[in-house]
Amino acid sequence: MKSVFKIVVVLMVIGSVISCQKNSRPNYQFMPNMYESVGYEAYQEADVVVDGEHILENNMEAQLPAEGSIPRGGHMPFEIENSNAGYELAKTSLNNPLDSTQYDRLRAGQLYDIYCGICHGKKGNGQGTLVKREKILGVPSYDDAGRAITPGSIYHTIYYGKNAMGSYANQLNEEERWQVVDYVMELKADLEK
Amino acid sequence: MKKSYQSLEDNSTNNMIQVIYRHLASKIPYLGLVILLTFSTSLTAQEGDPVKGKTLFNTNCASCHNLDRKMTGPALRNVETRLEEEHGLDRNWLNKWIRNSAGMVKSGDAYANQIFNEYNGTAMTAFPQLSDQDISDILAYTAQEKVEPPTPTVGPNEGGNGSSGDGSTNKLILGALALLFALLAVSLILVRRTLNRFADEKGIEAVKKDKGLPIWKAFVQNQFLVLVTVIFFLLASAYFVYGYLSQIGVDQGYEPVQPIHYSHRIHAGENGIDCKYCHSSARVSKHSGIPSLNICMNCHKSIYQVAEETQQEGINEYGVDYNAEIQKLYKAVGWDEAEQKYTGVTEPVKWIRIHNLPDFAYFNHSQHVEVAGVQCQTCHGPVEEMEVMYQHAPLTMGWCINCHRETNVKVDGNEYYTKIHEELSKKYGVDQLTAAQMGGLECGKCHY
Repeated sequence: MKSVFKIVVVLMVIGSVISCQKNSRPNYQFMPNMYESVGYEAYQEADVVVDGEHILENNMEAQLPAEGSIPRGGHMPFEIENSNAGYELAKTSLNNPLDSTQYDRLRAGQLYDIYCGICHGKKGNGQGTLVKREKILGVPSYDDAGRAITPGSIYHTIYYGKNAMGSYANQLNEEERWQVVDYVMELKADLEK
Repeated sequence: MKKSYQSLEDNSTNNMIQVIYRHLASKIPYLGLVILLTFSTSLTAQEGDPVKGKTLFNTNCASCHNLDRKMTGPALRNVETRLEEEHGLDRNWLNKWIRNSAGMVKSGDAYANQIFNEYNGTAMTAFPQLSDQDISDILAYTAQEKVEPPTPTVGPNEGGNGSSGDGSTNKLILGALALLFALLAVSLILVRRTLNRFADEKGIEAVKKDKGLPIWKAFVQNQFLVLVTVIFFLLASAYFVYGYLSQIGVDQGYEPVQPIHYSHRIHAGENGIDCKYCHSSARVSKHSGIPSLNICMNCHKSIYQVAEETQQEGINEYGVDYNAEIQKLYKAVGWDEAEQKYTGVTEPVKWIRIHNLPDFAYFNHSQHVEVAGVQCQTCHGPVEEMEVMYQHAPLTMGWCINCHRETNVKVDGNEYYTKIHEELSKKYGVDQLTAAQMGGLECGKCHY
């Protein structure tokens, strides 16, 4: 009888030790000060106090760049505004700065498939996976006569978004946007054949 | 429609037979009725076919209009009758508006300007390609009565029934088993008691063994056995202690509860959205960024609730109300659903980081994703099947090194480095260079 009692006690101890492992909690760290960065890490919460003032909004380390700042790599600010007039202006006046030697069809196609193809379809006919699964409706085909897209209007739409479509300015940089514009024009030409 | 044609055919053949043989005059009214029916069906066809209209609506209009919900543009249920009654505008006006709304706004049409301004000057795309018939089809679709969705059988009732059906049978079986075992135990005890009573009555003593040397004393006297046991225990405990120590700081299987339940299974798996659609910075940066809510809103501006079956699946199988999670997103990003506008009041979402390398190890996503072309799943596991994201790999140094030793580097089509690739291949005597042979084991590559 006594040995049974002992076995039960041992099992309970083992059980309680095992049940302490919980996947919703991170594991222990050995010397956390070698793990945690002294400098700010991306997305971390940081309380930065300058002259007694908490300068970070919501203590978010990730902040918008200062207004008017230009990222490295020759990206120029896009000066056409986000409005109907801006759209029309871009449609008629904005041209693709990439020439045919700078157009990288393979890369442009990959980018298109990731960011655009999911709704617009790999052929640009508005039949992407999300449309076929009826998650998002009404995605137009690139050869739509009423829209009559041009490189400028495509760029404007990628940059600011239009109607239900959101802006892709933070997923594609300037050069990539123009690559995609070229690719879309190619798809449009194929559709119009 | 099919039905009516069928009945029409039946009628007419019947009539024909009867007309030929007798009662010619008496059947004329029937014939008349039949003709009237055919005529009236053809009339409604001219009026517009709601089925065709639905397809046209979904391809042309649905990106900005919903039947019962304000989106980029107004809700369109019964738009024709509403315009007629409230503003006295007829089909001609609608045709013109649909084909060239911008022109109408410019021409100074009162209602055109009113609606244009009401929707913040969003110009409606012109649809010159839609014929009169197409527009009637679409309007026929918008004039359809709203079909009330079958009263949403939300979780507790429907789902509860379904699962409790299975659960109750399971419980029933388990209960029956438990009862059976209890009965067995009781009967055994009873049998033992009766047997003892018999033995007592007959005066039989249960045979008892002579107590020899207790086993632990025999054990202590055998010194060799003691030594072996001690060594065994030391080794075993060393093994377990080593095992315990080496999993410290390893978070394999870490599965925190996130502030908004995001299902990779639905997004990356079922809908096949590329990982890099949301984690776009994995292409260009050290970090595979947590997407900003702006990226969620690319789709969730239109997708304000999940499909009914997805919702049921979420409640029954995962205990998650997906629609409530979308509402959490709207709250965090400050999206006013009714007005279809951002309120500007946002709440940052405190996502919980899962994969985290110690500060002394450097890892760069773009180097692996773009340069090496490694699939995300190689390190992150079958994310497209994960309802709740968890850490798949141990992310230990041994794990990194193993992969570097085993992975061949794609050197094809890289003319600039052909020479050094050839030299390295010769040096190691291999055809295919691994990442390790390219310097992927050097300490300074990751620790500096």
